[in-house]
Amino acid sequence: MSTTTPPPSEVSLRRGDVVRLWPEGLDGLIGVLRDMGYDVKGPTVRDGAIVPGRLDGAHDLPVGWRDEQSPGRYAVHWANDELAFSWAVGPGSWKAEFFPAAQVQWHAERHGDTYRFNESVESLRPLAIVGARPCELAALDVLDRVLRDGALPDPRYVARRDGAFVVVVECARPASTCFCSSMGAGPGIEGGFDLALTELSDADGHRYLVRIGSERGALAIARVDHEQGLDVDRAARVIQLDASVVGMTRQLETDGLAELLVRNQENPRWLDVAERCLSCANCTLVCPTCFCSDVHDTTDVTGAVTRNRTWSSCFDLDHSFLHGGPVRASSSSRYRQWMTHKLSTWWDQFDTSGCVGCGRCITWCPVGIDITDEAKAIGRSDRALAVGRSR
Amino acid sequence: MTPAVHRVVERREETRDVTTLMLEPVEGPRLAFRPGQFNMLTAFGVGEVAISVSGAPREEGPLRHTVRDVGAVSHALCQRQVGDLVGVRGPFGSDWRVSPDCAPGPILDVHDVVVIAGGIGLAPLRGAVHELVARSHETGGRVFVLVGARDPSQVVYHDDLEAWDREGAVVLVTVDRGTPEWRGRVGLVTALLADAGFDPSSTAALICGPEIMMRFSARALVDSGVDASRILVSLERNMQCGLGWCGHCQLGPFLLCRDGPVVPYSGVVSTLLNERER
Repeated sequence: MSTTTPPPSEVSLRRGDVVRLWPEGLDGLIGVLRDMGYDVKGPTVRDGAIVPGRLDGAHDLPVGWRDEQSPGRYAVHWANDELAFSWAVGPGSWKAEFFPAAQVQWHAERHGDTYRFNESVESLRPLAIVGARPCELAALDVLDRVLRDGALPDPRYVARRDGAFVVVVECARPASTCFCSSMGAGPGIEGGFDLALTELSDADGHRYLVRIGSERGALAIARVDHEQGLDVDRAARVIQLDASVVGMTRQLETDGLAELLVRNQENPRWLDVAERCLSCANCTLVCPTCFCSDVHDTTDVTGAVTRNRTWSSCFDLDHSFLHGGPVRASSSSRYRQWMTHKLSTWWDQFDTSGCVGCGRCITWCPVGIDITDEAKAIGRSDRALAVGRSR
Repeated sequence: MTPAVHRVVERREETRDVTTLMLEPVEGPRLAFRPGQFNMLTAFGVGEVAISVSGAPREEGPLRHTVRDVGAVSHALCQRQVGDLVGVRGPFGSDWRVSPDCAPGPILDVHDVVVIAGGIGLAPLRGAVHELVARSHETGGRVFVLVGARDPSQVVYHDDLEAWDREGAVVLVTVDRGTPEWRGRVGLVTALLADAGFDPSSTAALICGPEIMMRFSARALVDSGVDASRILVSLERNMQCGLGWCGHCQLGPFLLCRDGPVVPYSGVVSTLLNERER
C-alpha cells in the first residue's frame, strides 16, 4: 500500500479556499488538531461566564448559551439552541495563555562562590485556539508588538505565541458594550488566522463557512468532513456581519483622539471620572492588551533566588513608585494614565492603538465607567475650552 | 534575561546614604556602556533596581555605580561589602550624546557645554563630564559643571570636582542649606547660571536631578538664549525590567528604559515636566 499519495481532498485545499462545515465537522476539527499535537482550548462556560478552557470536543463549547452585558453587568443564560458562538467576549482573554498572570523568569542556585542561572522558558505543546474572536486576534497583534516584535523579545511569550494555531469565529451577536467596529478590530476578520469560521443558521441549516488562512489550516480542514464553499454561505456571511455592525450601538470616535487626550491632560473631566473610579484595576486585568507586570524576587534557605513576574496595573499606587512615593498618587492621574496610554501614547510607543473595542473594561467596571463616554466627555470639554480660549 | 554575576571589589561611602560600588564580572570582560545609560542591579534575594552607570567609558578598571539608600533593594546594595556578589543586567537606555559612539546629538557641534547636577544626579553625568573635559582639551571648548546639593554633606565626588577644576572646567557648587564650616555658595543651582559665563548662542546643556530642578534649570537656560533642542535631561520613573515589557517606566509617549532616560528638552518633554503626576 502506498503511503506517498495523499487522498484527493488533501491536495485540493489551499490557503484562501472557502469550505462549508456542518456542526459535526467542528467536533472533527477539534479532534484533528489534537491529533496534530496541539493543546486545544476555546471558550467554555465556567462559573457563570464564558471563559477560555480546554476543549475535548465541540460539546465543551458554549453551545446554546447567550450572554447579556452592559456597563458593570454580565450574565449568561441558557437559550437551548444549537448555536455555539452566539455570545461576545467574557472576562478571560487569550492574553493569559501567552502572557500568564504569574510566571517565573529565572531561577538561580548558589554554585561555589557564585550563582548558576536557569532561564525559565517552558517547552509546552503548541496551543490551538478554537473560537477566538476577531477583537482577540487584534489584541494579540497588539501584544506581539510589545512582547515579541521589539528589540528585546520576551522568550517566554515567543515560545508560547509562535506555533499557536488560531481558529477565529466572527461575531454575529455583539454585546451592548462592544465597539470593535470603531477600532477596526471586528466583527469580521480578513487575515491573521489559520481558519476563520462564520456560524450560520437559517433555512439552509446550522453550518459554518470556513475560510482557510494558512497551509496548515488547509491541512487540518482536509482531514475533516467538509463540503465546497457555496455563494449562498458567502452572501449569508456578508448579511450577518452587516447586521453585527448595525447592532453595535457603542462607538468611539478615533479621528484626532490621540491628540485630543494629549492636549487635555489638565482637563477637569479627569477629576469627574476619579469621583467614580475605585482604582480597583478590574479594567486592566480584563483588558486583552494591558501588559504591565511587576518583577519580584523570592529566596529560600539554600540561598537560591527565583525571579517572578506577575501582572500589575497602572491603577495600583505602587505602579509609579519612585523613591519617596508614587508619582501618580491621585485616582484622576491614574485613570488619565490608563486611558491616555490606551488610546493615545500607545501609538507613540507601538504604532497602534492599545484598544481593540472588546468592551471588557466597560462590562467589568464595578461602577460602569465607559471609556467611550469618557472620551466623548473629554471631546465636549475640549470644544468648550476652545470656545473659551477664542473669546 | 539573567544578570551577569559581579563581585564588589571596592566600595566608597560618598555621603551618609550614598555608596559607590566598584564591580568586576566573575566571568568575562567588563560590560561596554555609553555615558547616561543604566544597569539593572540585583541584590540577590532582595530584588533589582535601575542604577545609572557612573563610570566613564575611557576610565580603566571596574564598573562603577553610585547608589542612594532609599528602599529595600538600594539599601541592600549599599550594604554590600567587598567580595559580595551583585547581579548586573544591561546596559539599557539612551546616552548623553557626548562622544562619537553615542547617539547623534547637539553636543559635538557647540563650543560650551553646561552640565547641571542636583545631588546624586551627578552620578549619571560623571562619565559624560569625563568625556567632555578630555574632549575640551582637543577642541578648545569649555565645560561648566554646576552642582547643587541639599547641604554640604550631600555633595558627592569631591575628587572628581577638584580634578575637573584642575583640568580647566568651570566647577561651581551651591547648597540649599549651609553649615557653620561651609564657605561656598548657598542658593539654587539656577543661580549659578548667571555667574558661569557660557555663550548661550553656542551652548548645549546636560541636566540630571530632581524634576523640579531640571524644569527650572532648563527654563532658565532657554530664557538665557540656549536653544531648547540643545538641552538634554535624564528622566526617571519606576523601572522593573529595562526591556520595555513591564510598563512601569511610562512617561507620556516614552517608555523611559527604551526611549530614555536621556531625552531632549523639546516640546513634549517640557510639557510633561510641567504637568502634574505624569
